[in-house]
Amino acid sequence: MSGRTGAHSVVEPSPLTRRIAGALVICYALIAIVPLLWIFVTGFKTPPDSIAYPPKMMFTPSLEGYVNLFTTRSRQSPEYMASLPPAETWYDRLARSRNMVIAGPSKYGQRFVNSLVVAFGSTILAVSLGTLTAYAFSRFRVPLADDLMFFILSTRMMPPIAVAIPIYLMYRSLGLSDTWLGMILLYTAVNVSLAVWLMKGFIDEIPREYEEAALIDGYTRLQAFYKVVLPQAATGIAATAIFCLIFAWNEYAFAALLTSGNAQTAPPFIPTIIGEGGLDWPAVAAGASLFLLPIVVFTVILRKHLLRGITFGAVRK
Amino acid sequence: MAEVLLDNVTRRFGGIAAVRELSLHIGDGEFVVLLGPTGAGKTTTLRLVAGLERADAGRILIGGHDVTRLEPAARDVAFVFQQYSLYPHLSVFDNLAFPLRSPARRLPEPEVRERVTRTAELLRISSKLDSKATRLSGGEMQRVAIGRALVRQPAIFLMDEPLSSLDAKLRAELRIELKRIHEVLGATILYVTHDQIEAMTMANRIGVLREGELVQIGSAQHIYEEPSNLYVATRLGSPPINLLPAGVLPVPDAPAGTRTIGVRSEHLRIGKANGAAVQGVVTRIEHLGDQNHLHLTVADHRLVTLIEAHADLAVGERVDLALARPLCFDAAGVRLGGS
Ligand SMILES: Nc1ncnc2c1ncn2[C@@H]1O[C@H](COP(=O)(O)OP(=O)(O)OP(=O)(O)O)[C@@H](O)[C@H]1O
Ligand SMILES: [Mg+2]
Repeated sequence: MSGRTGAHSVVEPSPLTRRIAGALVICYALIAIVPLLWIFVTGFKTPPDSIAYPPKMMFTPSLEGYVNLFTTRSRQSPEYMASLPPAETWYDRLARSRNMVIAGPSKYGQRFVNSLVVAFGSTILAVSLGTLTAYAFSRFRVPLADDLMFFILSTRMMPPIAVAIPIYLMYRSLGLSDTWLGMILLYTAVNVSLAVWLMKGFIDEIPREYEEAALIDGYTRLQAFYKVVLPQAATGIAATAIFCLIFAWNEYAFAALLTSGNAQTAPPFIPTIIGEGGLDWPAVAAGASLFLLPIVVFTVILRKHLLRGITFGAVRK
Repeated sequence: MAEVLLDNVTRRFGGIAAVRELSLHIGDGEFVVLLGPTGAGKTTTLRLVAGLERADAGRILIGGHDVTRLEPAARDVAFVFQQYSLYPHLSVFDNLAFPLRSPARRLPEPEVRERVTRTAELLRISSKLDSKATRLSGGEMQRVAIGRALVRQPAIFLMDEPLSSLDAKLRAELRIELKRIHEVLGATILYVTHDQIEAMTMANRIGVLREGELVQIGSAQHIYEEPSNLYVATRLGSPPINLLPAGVLPVPDAPAGTRTIGVRSEHLRIGKANGAAVQGVVTRIEHLGDQNHLHLTVADHRLVTLIEAHADLAVGERVDLALARPLCFDAAGVRLGGS
């Protein structure tokens, strides 16, 4: 029986070992998290506070960064400012305190939506294709299976950006430049090899008897896949999806090259915020903080599947 | 329920034949046990009947229909796997109901409920119906696995060592349970084991396999008393049959060409030393409770035989030995003088 070994391992770590391990983990966590905290905190500073030296640890939080992130503003003369009717909303007031008026919404929201569509779209596509392909390689006698698997892997052996120019030209002539579809296809193509390899490992672990029992019980191959294989591959699918999503969400180079006014995603957009009206670090930091959110939420939702581990405890050994 | 016929079936993996020209008829309602050591092709035979393997040659008929080329779903068989796995993402109830909810044989939900409940009672797992499959003990899992076959009424049940992971007590209980189910349902069952007690107690007929070939098939008693060769003779009997070169012990009217004598406990007469032609020395007595294993040496050959618990013998003692109708085999191991 697997999975019945109880809570104790044979060699229980000593309290000292535990403490050292704990300290190391905390050190690493701090190193990893400080830059993130810095960004997050900077998002709530005013522009002068954000560039103060030495850096200010204590400051009055402000939503100016977020306001600047979501709006475009224009600087006006004091006379003009005086001639305006009183500001109606808190963000109007905030802008006017800097001698600005809000001209309209910024493009951040739209860029964010582009990122969501492209990243989730390509993740769904890559994981679906990867799972089906991996299943076929795992269960059927595919001619030249090993060579094909190697070929699939080999598409990742050079940095994807190495083929940027051919892709750029190809996309231009196909009309895929600066479109959702183009970016979804591109990220899917990059991720699908990873998805195939990861999912192959997970599906190989699922005993064939599960499906064979379903086949004998009157299910078709596809129904057995859907009813039996998919639920048990959930852990693997969750892990693969997170890897694919992180790549597609963070990808910068292709996005900068292939998208502009229409399908531009958030990564190439965020740095451009800084140019609009002086060194606006809080707006950049606010943009980056919000940008982290979907990945965090997605990971938290799938955490149960990631941590659950492999529950093949019902296999008789 | 239906009769099943395997007609000269062969299945090769790479170069080797896992099942070789196997012909086997299983009558309607018959309980046939396949016995053989590991790698003999037992599982492969079951998988061929189920349609999980395709025969390279030969035909398979279920209920008179040629199913050789049919998909598993179209064959109407139920399979209890050797390495059985319940679906870990489903409850015990849903595991049992799974075959009844398949698109090919979907039953109305009340009937599913009724059949699952009835099967659970039969196997005494009613209290576990709501548990996750992963929360069961090994014995409970195995009963659920058997239950998944019993909820259906297939043409034939295929069972691949379904009791091998259970402790002795549970195994004995389930053995009787399975035999009872066989009688109540009139089920046709092809059952694989390498446990001779299971084979002896449950089978209408036992088929002995060796390296993919069916060596002999017949009733338990026939296989035990009239093995067609040395291989079959060594498969059954506890303690295992003793094999002696001809001439060590005198055999009255041994057939010509006898090279090996097979001696079971019932072939051996043991008496207090009284000047018989052949004598043995007691080297060890193993106490098993209700009976003893007696180890003897005869002219440098060792024999193990059963004796009653209170036989008045001691280690080192000389005993008189005589044979009564032992099994005789020729140089190739073929049984001589059998009926
Ligand atoms: N899918 C397969 N690919 C290659 N060889 C196989 C395959 N399945 C079985 N074999 C081989 O066929 C032979 C018979 O295997 P099988 O599983 O039928 O034995 P068995 O009698 O069930 O043994 P056991 O008692 O160990 O379960 C073995 O030599 C095995 O290695
Ligand atoms: Mg087997």
